Amino acid sequence: MSEAKKFMYINRHAPCGTVYGVEGLEVVLISAAFEQDICMAFIGDGVFQLKQNQDTADTGMKNFSPAYRALGDYEVNRLYVEHESLEERGLTEDDLMPLTWEDEDDDWAEKPSIYIVDRAQLSDLIEEQDIILNF
Amino acid sequence: MLHTVNKSPFESSSLKTCLSLAKSGSDVLLIEDGVYGALSGSAHTALLTEALGQVRVYALGPDLKARGLSEDKLIPGIKVVGYDGFVELACANDKIQNWL
Repeated sequence: MSEAKKFMYINRHAPCGTVYGVEGLEVVLISAAFEQDICMAFIGDGVFQLKQNQDTADTGMKNFSPAYRALGDYEVNRLYVEHESLEERGLTEDDLMPLTWEDEDDDWAEKPSIYIVDRAQLSDLIEEQDIILNF
Repeated sequence: MLHTVNKSPFESSSLKTCLSLAKSGSDVLLIEDGVYGALSGSAHTALLTEALGQVRVYALGPDLKARGLSEDKLIPGIKVVGYDGFVELACANDKIQNWL
């Protein structure tokens, strides 16, 4: 079998107004089954995807944000959030869902999946990838 | 006149255009991704705060809730309304301009 490729899924859209977010999340969950090296990046309005306490009950829409919590079980445990994008939107890390994963090599210790990175760090991360997909 | 804005101000110029053209005394209702314009401490907070001196700004509650935005995150002076409030605003104004 060929070596695992480095995949990055970039999310740049808010969760409810378009289907980019939910479609992107579905593709990530499907591709996670193929044992590739997967990470996600949240840039611009994409950071709103991870906003905690989303409750769509009054709008009659489906709330897919809890599905982000499943990513850890699929070994998608690096979610990079651009610091500058949060700041422009008046948000901090505390506004985001506390997503975690369990490390089987470390006695199933629960570790955070969200990494707040600055623009320069994100630029380097994008450069490292083999394949980049945008939603 | 009632103006509605349904796009995020970070993605589109709709809010900026709306606020630059809405006459003093107008009602401006933020709906769908437009409710992100109501966030305090954001890059667009100054634009909206300034407009509050001229127009009344409303944000649709169910759309805020769907996006996880609680009232304490909003710019003071913005009134949160429900679907019933949306209907009332539509009826109270003779014309509606949707900034799509």
